[in-house]
Amino acid sequence: MVKVENISKAFKNVQALNNVSFHAEKGELFGIIGPDGAGKTTLFRIMTTLTIPDEGAVFINNRSIFNDYMKIRKNIGYMPGKFALYQDLTVEENLNFFASVFNTTIEENYHLVKGIYSHIAPFKNRKAGKLSGGMKQKLALSCALIHKPEVLFLDEPTTGVDPVSRKEFWDMLYDLKKMGITIIVSTPYMDEASRCDRIALIKNGAFIDVDSPANIINNFDNILIALKADNMRKLLKDVRKCRQIKSAFAFGAEIHAVIDSDNFIEEISSQLKSLDHKNIEIYRIPPAIEDCYIWSR
Amino acid sequence: MEQVIITNNLTKKFGSFTAVDNISFYVEKGEIFGFLGANGAGKTTAMRMLCGLSKPTSGSGSVAGYDISKEYEKIKKNIGYMSQKFSLYEDLTVAENIKLFAGIYGMPLKKIKEKSAHILERLELTDRKDTLVKYIPTGWKQKLAFSVAVFHDPKIVFLDEPTGGVDPEARRQFWEMIYEAADNGITIFVTTHYMDEAEYCDRISIMVQGKIAALAAPKDMKKEYGAATMDKVFRKLVAGTFNQE
Repeated sequence: MVKVENISKAFKNVQALNNVSFHAEKGELFGIIGPDGAGKTTLFRIMTTLTIPDEGAVFINNRSIFNDYMKIRKNIGYMPGKFALYQDLTVEENLNFFASVFNTTIEENYHLVKGIYSHIAPFKNRKAGKLSGGMKQKLALSCALIHKPEVLFLDEPTTGVDPVSRKEFWDMLYDLKKMGITIIVSTPYMDEASRCDRIALIKNGAFIDVDSPANIINNFDNILIALKADNMRKLLKDVRKCRQIKSAFAFGAEIHAVIDSDNFIEEISSQLKSLDHKNIEIYRIPPAIEDCYIWSR
Repeated sequence: MEQVIITNNLTKKFGSFTAVDNISFYVEKGEIFGFLGANGAGKTTAMRMLCGLSKPTSGSGSVAGYDISKEYEKIKKNIGYMSQKFSLYEDLTVAENIKLFAGIYGMPLKKIKEKSAHILERLELTDRKDTLVKYIPTGWKQKLAFSVAVFHDPKIVFLDEPTGGVDPEARRQFWEMIYEAADNGITIFVTTHYMDEAEYCDRISIMVQGKIAALAAPKDMKKEYGAATMDKVFRKLVAGTFNQE
């Protein structure tokens, strides 16, 4: 459904995207995961025909972004990172407006937005600017869906949202996926990777991996350990001094570190003991996506 | 231990809506205090009162020894502030941003010069001091913003989601800067949506609908709620706001 082939894009001397490629199948929930400034929004703007790449090609349902961009625009839904609805129109006026721009009506496609729009329908006469954050997002999502798009592009829909509300948003995406809509979504939160069928990890404008979250984790080829002790701040400093440890970072209540061999665990433990650490725990752990991101080459 | 932030039944109402509802807590000097809660729970409103930007409807509080209702101008001089949304002027260079903020806090030029050189060196930004801030990677920008926020040696620094969207490695380097500032006696008051970062705080509070629903060291809070991670504690206490009006 979405084919991105060798896309590059530079702005002045900043290489925003560097030879990026991926395919997303029909009905797939595909995540593009990486921090601010990695190139996510530029990629979204290219896929939605708003920016022309320097190199490469994109096809949305076999239509080219160069030749068929008008057709693509009719058949995709795009929710940019910034709230882009009309704040001075009411909830219902916004939805009506977007339906009419695409030559359709709310009634015709109501089945698509029902699950989402029914939550905001009680406030349909309220101005969009007066809605809470969650309600705004629901309205934006309804407006992006009302013309029955083949693909839905969601650029950072959960940025700045608390963990519980983020989960609720993803639950809603699952309902859309069940209806067969292809969804391309970006996020800076690594913990959301597991909610996607497949993901691309993006760093400094390049993809470092494209695969299912499970495969990315299985292909992690370092030995990862977690360390704990009573004084975690001192532990991080001391762990970094151990020559057996290649690199180490704080990970919540643990420190995660990469070592060359399992045999080093004993040595590290005794070294930390000699530095007066109490209640030392060291054990091997499987990586999370965030570990894969940090320790990717 | 000196208490640098104290609130007693601090309350803020907007019309009939109570955004902050009778909160009482304290923060000690040099402590890293995590201020958590769902979107819309009242964190920003509470923080604005503590920074002297909004007057409480009732209750009282003091920050850096000054009354938040009356001595807010003095508070502003004694605190630092940074957020993810606003931290630095994108169209000024690195050096200009430092000079501007330090100047606003009334630091003498000579001192600004000395200290700038030191900070630029530490952040490895000396070669890029004349680069516009908008051309600097986000992670670096946040580290610079933090250095600017503590440049005038405030007693307390307020950090509002300082690491939102920052890459995993830079986010951790940022926390190491926070540790260092705390070790130097600066009190850190920080909000975040990353639950792993809650673990890095000495104590945390979780706000639910304007009230403080829990306040303890992360370790003790996890024990109390029988949860392995702060993420699970948070989910136990907080109902999502996504479906709220």
